[in-house]
Amino acid sequence: MIAAIGRTAISSAADVGTLTIQLWRSLLRLPTALPMVGRGRRWRTAVRQMMAIGVSALPVVALMSFCLGSVAALQAAAELRRYGATRYVVEFIAIAFTRELGAIITAIAVSGRSASAIAAEVSTMVVSQELDALRVMGLDPIEFTLAPKYLGALITLPCLTILSTFFGIAAGYCFLAASIDMTARVFVRDALASIMLRDVVLTLVKSLVFATIIVHVGYMEGLRVSGGPEAVGRGTTAAVVNATFLVILADLAATALFYILGWSAAG
Amino acid sequence: MTTNTVAAAREALISIRDVSVAYGGRRVLDGVSLDIHRGEIVALLGGSGSGKTTLLRRVIGLERPDSGSIMIGGVDLTACSEAELAVVRRKIGVAFQESALFSSLTVDENAALPIRELTDLADPIVAQMVWMKLKAVGLADAGRLYPRELSGGMKKRAAIARAIALDPDIVVLDEPSAGLDPIIAAGLDELILFLKRGFGMTVLVVTHALDSAFRIADRVAMLYQGSLITVGTPAEFKASTHVRVRQFVQGEPERLSDASEGFAASFLKEFHA
Repeated sequence: MIAAIGRTAISSAADVGTLTIQLWRSLLRLPTALPMVGRGRRWRTAVRQMMAIGVSALPVVALMSFCLGSVAALQAAAELRRYGATRYVVEFIAIAFTRELGAIITAIAVSGRSASAIAAEVSTMVVSQELDALRVMGLDPIEFTLAPKYLGALITLPCLTILSTFFGIAAGYCFLAASIDMTARVFVRDALASIMLRDVVLTLVKSLVFATIIVHVGYMEGLRVSGGPEAVGRGTTAAVVNATFLVILADLAATALFYILGWSAAG
Repeated sequence: MTTNTVAAAREALISIRDVSVAYGGRRVLDGVSLDIHRGEIVALLGGSGSGKTTLLRRVIGLERPDSGSIMIGGVDLTACSEAELAVVRRKIGVAFQESALFSSLTVDENAALPIRELTDLADPIVAQMVWMKLKAVGLADAGRLYPRELSGGMKKRAAIARAIALDPDIVVLDEPSAGLDPIIAAGLDELILFLKRGFGMTVLVVTHALDSAFRIADRVAMLYQGSLITVGTPAEFKASTHVRVRQFVQGEPERLSDASEGFAASFLKEFHA
């Protein structure tokens, strides 16, 4: 029992170490994936990754956000209606999405799609010796395979978060327009009044943290795969589960930090 | 013996000295020493698990041995810095067993990758170099195809084209004929001979295909359980009286240990019952 706990602790600590080294090395290599300052046509790979990680996740993120926005509006209205305060649903939805839901919905959707995809792709490259081939050519696998993905995620996750927030709040408007005939003008005025720039900025910072977790956990689980096809399956599952868990853990840590620093207070 | 004295008089391009590797207490390579000279083709033979791939990964600098040294063109891979290793790597082209072509790139782009990344040559020159190499391996018409659209033999050829893209001194081929039919395999043998005759490259081929080794190699080396048991010309190799070499040449099955033989026998009995 104690030995099992110890083993888990050691392997978790080793994972944290691996992730930290990987993060540091990819940060050093990140500029190579940029246009103009980067190397050659490397930025095209980054653009492809933005398409894969970000653009193709647009529909699912939008739909999830709209549905969860509707759910949140209905739940809030069920309570607020009793006090004749249905119109405060606007504030509830706007605050919930700008502070929290936009970023977390995006992160969960992307970790489901991309952490697994990255793990599968990287493990295939390990099995087919493509990473070895890069190494013997004197090329850095981190620079070639990880940096473009990381850059792609860092750029697209904040964008998706903004989109998710927009769709969540739009769902709130649809509900209010249908139930209490709220006009768009009033809705937008109330919504803008309750959105604070600080909330938006902090949420976007969180989405950068989530992007980091998703890409790096996916990559690490992909590298770890050894053995046959069933190992690839296990690796992709581990990537999604661990990435999602770490995203939620990081969300808790960030929110607690903002709370302690007093950044989350209204007004 | 005579070949060894003649060989020793020439400069060794690759010099492997007393290389040992152990995984978790099990010796995978045990004091392997081998010199490979400029312009020769050496075939490294051995059964599965004999340590061929382990040795290969040390020679191309992917991993370092536990002890011993590997000198390539006068640089000790086991003791050099990453920067020195990068210089040595440019002199070595490697074609992996799984071809290891990048699936998101066409054959052209795969062969151009090392040139684009490691030199500052202009695009038209890169295109010329790539075309020459693809022509040499017989894939001049396949440049626009993606790896998944290639047959097994074409993949190996494309991998060789990428390996020789920067005109390396040394080409290392890991199981080039594995999984290919005899005609395609013979075609690859011709290509490997051309690397030596046409480009003057030094070739190390890791293989378990005897006929291919005899056809192309100037010298044949055989690994058995992590030790190099014989090195010599194909004629010397065929004439060897070493029991493991004879077994390999004649294709006899490995004697299983008594315990596993008992298991095999009982399994067969059950299977037939």
